[in-house]
Amino acid sequence: MIHLKTILRVENICKTYQAQNGEIEAIRDISFTVDEGEYISIVGPSGSGKSTLLSIIAGLLEPSGGKIYINDMPVQGVTQDIGYMLQSDNLLEWRSIWKNVLLGLEIRKMLNSETIEYAKSLLKNYGLYEFKDKHPSQLSGGMRQRVALIRTLAVKPDILLLDEAFSALDYQTRLKLTDDVYRILKKENKTTLMVTHDIAESICMADRIIVLTKRPAKIKSMHTIDFPEDAKTPLQRRNHPDFRHYFNTIWKELDVHV
Amino acid sequence: MYNGLSKERVEYLRQNKKRKTVITITRIVGLICVIALWEVLARLKIIDSFIMSQPSRIVDTFINMMSSGLMKHIGVTCLETLIGFLLGTAMGTLVAVLLWWSNFMSRVMEPLLVILNSLPKIALGPVIIIWVGAGMQAIIVVAIAISLIVTILEMLNGFISTDGEKIKMVKTFGANKLVVFTKIVFPSNIGTLFNSLKINIGLSLVGVIAGEFLVSKAGLGYLIVYGGQVFQMDLVMCSVIILAAVAALMYQGVVLLEKFSNRILKFSSK
Repeated sequence: MIHLKTILRVENICKTYQAQNGEIEAIRDISFTVDEGEYISIVGPSGSGKSTLLSIIAGLLEPSGGKIYINDMPVQGVTQDIGYMLQSDNLLEWRSIWKNVLLGLEIRKMLNSETIEYAKSLLKNYGLYEFKDKHPSQLSGGMRQRVALIRTLAVKPDILLLDEAFSALDYQTRLKLTDDVYRILKKENKTTLMVTHDIAESICMADRIIVLTKRPAKIKSMHTIDFPEDAKTPLQRRNHPDFRHYFNTIWKELDVHV
Repeated sequence: MYNGLSKERVEYLRQNKKRKTVITITRIVGLICVIALWEVLARLKIIDSFIMSQPSRIVDTFINMMSSGLMKHIGVTCLETLIGFLLGTAMGTLVAVLLWWSNFMSRVMEPLLVILNSLPKIALGPVIIIWVGAGMQAIIVVAIAISLIVTILEMLNGFISTDGEKIKMVKTFGANKLVVFTKIVFPSNIGTLFNSLKINIGLSLVGVIAGEFLVSKAGLGYLIVYGGQVFQMDLVMCSVIILAAVAALMYQGVVLLEKFSNRILKFSSK
């Protein structure tokens, strides 16, 4: 296997929240690295600090301890290198699809003919160009989430963070969209870090899965997901015999109590 | 106009239209009945038209007044209301923005706002007259005082309840507080702004009429008080009816403005 360049380094991250009635330790000493082009999924029980971890990597939250490095540069505040996609699409109803796609470029003051062309090509490639003058309420949930993805990709981030990005959708839309998104991300060759509580979704999409413990979150285990060449897309993976094996292993580790 | 629609659909649309027409006709007939009954009872001397007035006398008063400066009185009241309304909304929104910006200031001001909100602002009338002088300026200040606090509370509440996920989304693109406000918080609250405009039209009129009761030489409030003092109920009733019409027109003005701005917003985003 060729050795890939490490793009993201998470070193000994800790986070403790302070509140009126006490403190909550959300994350305890998490470290891992991500190579360029890799797709990592982080699974953990609900409320285990997965989103907190993403917010820290994105520079939205200060960690209580530890450091994040992107391309060997320590992260301080929000950087241009990261695109962050949230659970809901957060499209702005008062803007057309096109203006929604340009929002990130507008805020980063990156609007120029080159970036506008790129945003246009993304919309065209992913079948949304003809809807560019519509308003978000006129689109289906799956289309809206794809617009949100294009809005994130338009600023050309090196690393993409997906925070439960599909969990607000119904099951069928979700299966289709994970397939679409997987294709888009592989084609654009993005490094992706996804947080989810859905084990199946993780196995379908990721190259590597990091399993977190209950709060305070620590890394419990790491799994390399390796499907043969003929089963690479999420839907193909779901039908592959190895799928069940991965599922059972991770399911046991998650140790879910209802 | 019903081409290509199913039979049920046509029937449904007809029923809908019919119902609307019936409602409109009932409204008009009802109004005419009340006015006619009032007129007839007054003519038959069943009610005393000196105390209750009478539609035909109100119309006479209206025609007489038209030639002796009624328009001036209406104009004065409208002007005072518009100034009070615009200043009250603008200042209220501005203060709400500042309080949204600084959580510390908002916490500091909280008790003051609660007290001012429940205080009947008319009670400040004499203070306002002494401070700014008896005249139009006092009336405008009363109108502002009445709408200001409500605007602050309404707008601040709207700003604070803006979807946190949307704010997080723009922050991931590196948005600072100003960008968060201009791109998310303010556009999210256009509806809130128009709601407070609608409330403020009514509140400013209350302020202006109350102010005119206290100090004035012109205006509909002045006519009402004057008519009451000289026991001219025709003048009082006439002024009240004009006031109702003015209030309704101003409210409709805000509704039109809202429709217009919605269209502009959608159009400009293409």
